[in-house]
Amino acid sequence: MRTYLDHAATSPLCLVARERLVEALEALGNPSASHRSGQLARRRLEEAREELADAVGAAPSEVVFTSGGSEADSLALLGSRYARPERPRLLISAVEHAAVAGARRFGAEVLPVDGDGHVLAEGLGQITDDVTVVSIIKVGNETGVVQDLDPWVERAHGRGAWVHTDAVQALGHVPVDFRGDGVDLMSLSAHKVGGPVGIGALLVRRGVTLAPAGLGGEQEGGIRSGTQSVALATAFAAAASQAVRELADEAPRLAGLRDRIRDVVAVAGGVLNGAGEACHIVNASFPGARSQELLLLLDQAGIDASAGSACRAGVSAPSDVLLAMGLGVEHAGSALRFSIGRTSTATDVARLAAVLPGVVERSRAGGH
Amino acid sequence: MKVLAAMSGGVDSAVAAARLVQAGHDVTGVHLALDRNPRPFREGTRGCCSLEDAHDARRAADALDIPFYVWDFSERFQEEVVADFLDEYRAGRTPNPCLRCNERIKFAAVLERGLALGFDAVATGHYARLVERGGIVELHRAADPLKDQSYVLGVLNQQQLRHCLFPLADTPKPKVRAEAASLGLKVAAKPDSYDICFIPDGDTQGFLRDHLGKQDGPIVDEVGQRLGGHRGSYGFTVGQRKGLDLRVPAADGRPRYVLRIEPKDNAVIVGPREHLAVSELTGVRVTWTSEPLMAPTRCLVQYRAHGAALPGQVGVDGDRVSVSLDEATHGVAPGQTMVLYDETRVVGSATIEAAR
Repeated sequence: MRTYLDHAATSPLCLVARERLVEALEALGNPSASHRSGQLARRRLEEAREELADAVGAAPSEVVFTSGGSEADSLALLGSRYARPERPRLLISAVEHAAVAGARRFGAEVLPVDGDGHVLAEGLGQITDDVTVVSIIKVGNETGVVQDLDPWVERAHGRGAWVHTDAVQALGHVPVDFRGDGVDLMSLSAHKVGGPVGIGALLVRRGVTLAPAGLGGEQEGGIRSGTQSVALATAFAAAASQAVRELADEAPRLAGLRDRIRDVVAVAGGVLNGAGEACHIVNASFPGARSQELLLLLDQAGIDASAGSACRAGVSAPSDVLLAMGLGVEHAGSALRFSIGRTSTATDVARLAAVLPGVVERSRAGGH
Repeated sequence: MKVLAAMSGGVDSAVAAARLVQAGHDVTGVHLALDRNPRPFREGTRGCCSLEDAHDARRAADALDIPFYVWDFSERFQEEVVADFLDEYRAGRTPNPCLRCNERIKFAAVLERGLALGFDAVATGHYARLVERGGIVELHRAADPLKDQSYVLGVLNQQQLRHCLFPLADTPKPKVRAEAASLGLKVAAKPDSYDICFIPDGDTQGFLRDHLGKQDGPIVDEVGQRLGGHRGSYGFTVGQRKGLDLRVPAADGRPRYVLRIEPKDNAVIVGPREHLAVSELTGVRVTWTSEPLMAPTRCLVQYRAHGAALPGQVGVDGDRVSVSLDEATHGVAPGQTMVLYDETRVVGSATIEAAR
């Protein structure tokens, strides 16, 4: 039996999502078709849209289904850029997921963060009338840092800029209220909250008109083309609404486990990275050890964890996010991310506690 | 045993890993990422470090149902192998980067990390035999001289050999491919790798030119008379005859060969073929597979990966070896590694410093 401590990468499919998925897979009909089969598919799709919108404080017309969080991020940034060429600047924080951080390739400017991973307020001044969108991740996928978006929304709206937030790790872990948060664009993903892989959504505030980033039949309000997957959408909606419903009980339960993982990390000689306010993520470095080796040894001991950073062909490099927080290369290169979710229990933490100190000791003994 | 199987993505290392699994070992596959900017696809028979090769290795590990990881040794490879390769050419020598990689990366850095992580041995798909005798692990040639790779393993010491496994040993190549096919490994028909892995287009001269730049210098005869010019002495190897482009004919009208390279003057020295003949070699950076030779000993000496093994007398003088070949040979270049054999057994190795 394996101990799964990588829920931030993907979390097991929950029962309601599974039931919905299996049931809907049987159904026939393209939701864009005009015949009766198509109408029934359309009905299920719209019911899913309404259910999801309701769970996250959005209007149904503000939900654009995508293939996942990364596509939602890409659509938010590219769609904003294409929609308002007269505002050429993009601002992103230094602690974004790769799907947003990738915008650096076409000139996105980076807002610096402090040692905890919070975006520094000094960046507010960079928001001027030529900025089209500011993107700040709501809950950091690597460290679990939670950002206060209010000052950014206020400043951006004063300058006509839009605010996008990647809320993939926020859903089910902190309260998510699209309208209340005041942002213009919000990315969500199903499989981090017990939904299926392959679907996510971009919430687009009424009045914000994005340009499509892909070609096709102009489904999803003309912004995201491609035949919608009714089965995935309905399973996503079920998982998301359950996660939101259970948040009040689940967040404190996970926070309790998180705190115990922090204790285990400290016993093993680890140093926490970032503020990590979210209830489900612990990121820590183990100076003198190396992430790759720690993961291999944990893997051998039956524990699934992550280095939390991008992998290129299986080769992990020190995380750009941790480096941006001011960590040295060696320190960042010894980081691990443990993330928990709905199926995590005290037994998981106990098994980590039994294994981690020896694993760290062994990797350190390798000497580098 | 807990074994770390180095998997290049080729058929040999895949079958080597498969045999260890079948023998009941606890096997973990590891692919070494050696190229800092790996190419997406493999090109023909060149190289072993494209992303496609990493993928092939991963799929072989999947077929064997063993854990698999990619280990990034690209920085270390760059420093210890590629930079050394360039330095050697810069100094007018002819290096063998595969030996260097075995010595510094595969059976050093990887082995050290493997041992530190609790593995007992590193396995590769080399064709060579290990024989344990009297508590010593001996390294022997594989039976098939065309496949034998003991030469590129000749730099390993006893400590390294004790933690090595070469499961292919003497197996004929067609049998390895057949075994791969019967195991359902997709690499069963994949072409073998040749050439230097970090020069994917096979153009060593172009690679050297790009990295060392043009270095104009003279081509001179043995008494120092200038016969022509060159754009970089790295473009020449000892024994080379073609491509000298000399305008001044030799007095006796006979062809001239590269005899040596003088890095001090960036000069290429040419002369008649008989002056290429050497029988006395001295070597530095000596390694021994077990005990060092104490007294002068008869050995077979091989100085190229697929060259002949020549009989001679080997003496040891401190940290050097000297070799007297029974019969003179041609085309020995400083920088090449000579591997010393007792019959089929590897005794040790040294880097050729001088030959006369």
